[in-house]
Amino acid sequence: MKTTVSIEVVVLLAGLLFALGIVGVIIRKNIIFMLLSVEIMLNASGLAFVAAGSRWGQPDGQVMFVFILAMAAAEVSIGLALILQIYHQHKSLDIDNLREMNG
Amino acid sequence: MDKYLWLIPALPLGGFLILALAGKQLTRASVAIVGAGSICLSALVTIIVGGAFLAGMPANAVYTQTLWTWFEVGEFSAKITLTLDVLSLVFVFVITFIGALIHIYSTAFMEADRDYARFFASMNLFVFSMLVLVLADNLLLMYLGWEGVGLCSYLLIGFWYEQPANGNAARKAFTVTRIGDAAMAIGLFMVFQQAGTLVISDIGANATTIWQPDSTVVTITALLLLAGGLGKSAQLPLQTWLPDAMAGPSPVSALIHAATMVTAGVYLVARMHAIFALSETARLVIAVIGAATLLLAGLTALTQYDIKRVLAYSTISQIGYMFLALGVGAWTAAIFHFMVHAFFKALLFLAAGAIIESLHHEHNMFKMGGLKDKMPVVFWTFLAGALSLAAVPLISAGFYSKDQILWYSWTANGGSPVLWMVALSGALITAAYTTRMMILTFWGESHTPVGHLPGRRMTMPLVVLAVFSVFAGFIELPHNFGHFTLFSDLLHPVLPETVMRDNIPSEWLFQLLAALATLSGIFLGYHYYYQQPARIENLRRNGLLASLHRFWFSGWGFDALYDRVLVKPFIFISKVNKSDVTDRLYTGIAAATGEMYKLLSRTQSGSLRWYIMGLVVGAILILGIQIML
Repeated sequence: MKTTVSIEVVVLLAGLLFALGIVGVIIRKNIIFMLLSVEIMLNASGLAFVAAGSRWGQPDGQVMFVFILAMAAAEVSIGLALILQIYHQHKSLDIDNLREMNG
Repeated sequence: MDKYLWLIPALPLGGFLILALAGKQLTRASVAIVGAGSICLSALVTIIVGGAFLAGMPANAVYTQTLWTWFEVGEFSAKITLTLDVLSLVFVFVITFIGALIHIYSTAFMEADRDYARFFASMNLFVFSMLVLVLADNLLLMYLGWEGVGLCSYLLIGFWYEQPANGNAARKAFTVTRIGDAAMAIGLFMVFQQAGTLVISDIGANATTIWQPDSTVVTITALLLLAGGLGKSAQLPLQTWLPDAMAGPSPVSALIHAATMVTAGVYLVARMHAIFALSETARLVIAVIGAATLLLAGLTALTQYDIKRVLAYSTISQIGYMFLALGVGAWTAAIFHFMVHAFFKALLFLAAGAIIESLHHEHNMFKMGGLKDKMPVVFWTFLAGALSLAAVPLISAGFYSKDQILWYSWTANGGSPVLWMVALSGALITAAYTTRMMILTFWGESHTPVGHLPGRRMTMPLVVLAVFSVFAGFIELPHNFGHFTLFSDLLHPVLPETVMRDNIPSEWLFQLLAALATLSGIFLGYHYYYQQPARIENLRRNGLLASLHRFWFSGWGFDALYDRVLVKPFIFISKVNKSDVTDRLYTGIAAATGEMYKLLSRTQSGSLRWYIMGLVVGAILILGIQIML
């Protein structure tokens, strides 16, 4: 059975997820959670691509999602490595304590 | 033999290069050999080349040698070309011959100096530049030599640079002559603009077709060229640098500031006589400036205490005679006086240097005295020079050269009784200050003990120059007795004959008056400084005479005048201008940038959340604008 979901609903969901991600990045103090929120934002945009691809019957949307997936994997590995280093040096993951690079 | 002409300037240049590049490594003996040897060889080459030139005189009496092309711009090409005619031969002879004697003297005089090699390097460079100046066939090359001698003069006046006064004297000489040089450069531009060439012989040959006689243009051109000559030759109103230039070592004063460089102005006017012949105004200006200078400098010399300053003012005065002769149209007389003056004034400066050295750097004549028996060689040679300077009749070279100028200052085309009167009173003053200098230095009681006496390397040049100071006059005897005109005959292919006025009085009368002026000048000096020294004291008590003395002593207040009119306002303006409006604009821009940087650097808080907030707000704003529009 083929259920159709209207494109508006999907894009709304993607926007919601993206806004959630942004809010998470802004209000969270722990860097690991901020990284998680960034992942949510990435997947929100991936969702929007897939929805748009199916709406116009083009494969490009899914191709883009595969790209985003690969990029997210790379980003997470580098991000986690950085977080490890930060924890080594500062013994803290609180973003408010890590503000040495000020003007 | 003419083809070896290039060797004459090349030898001093070689000496300069060796001493400048390797002077520190050479021993003192080899520095002396290179420094003096290059000039001696150059003098030798001059005698050989000059002799060959005079023996086989070319038809046009000029020998030119093009070495290479300096540069070419469009149709204009400046060549390094040397030209030898009798006029430049006289100058080359004086420069190399007297230069060689002075260099030999310097090897002993500068013996104890730390910078032996630097001294000879500068001296050799000077001789090279001076030779370029007189041998140049175009005005551009001549200007190169002209600036070169100015540079060397600056370097050598400030030779003992550790004393600030010497540095100031050097800068003053450089700046004051620069005023004249700037005018001369403009003059050269005008010549090029009108004649289309800077080759001297071409200008001379075509002068009458290029310029209208007595037109404004030719007068302005001539006066601009003259201004350059006035600066170099220390004539009114640019004479203030020469007395201060005595801060240099005595051989420098003898070579540069008496014999050669300061007569470059005379050479310039004689060389460009074709232009000056076209402008009666310019010639009158030359004659008047010469007459005024000789009188003014003579009276100043009468009041000086420092023996070298007396000689400096005397040099200014004697060059005034040369300019007077050029102005009245007695071209050969000016060159003759230049040659004779070079001999006796170089001699006087060298002898004065020997005296100063022996008296432990005592310059004040009133502290000398009684040197007649203690330094006999210096005394006799100094006497020969002084006789020539005072123009003692018959037995001195100076008489023959100066008598000619006096005679022409009345009878030549541009002459007048007033100029003659000035020149005659100048002769009296010259004799008076010369006698004063002789008596104060050599007679009377000794005030300062004599140190070591000058050695043979210092006395030999003195003796040679003394012989020339006495006998050099015999190559040109007056028309009324002897009528022997070897010198002017030689120069006539280059310089025009002196045009005489009609109904001229007898020459005998003039000679008699000139001799009388000299003798009464000597008597005045003898009377006031030897017979009745107390009378000078009486005169000094007179308030008017005392203030006159002060006025003359200061060189007629020219230094104070220039200080007040030019130097002080210039310093004031530069002080005001130090924080000028244009500067404010740029410092304002710099300050505003700094402020804005401070403002923006506040936003760089280091807090990641704020950056993200900024990003989000920015994105929303841009999207919002996009949607709204």
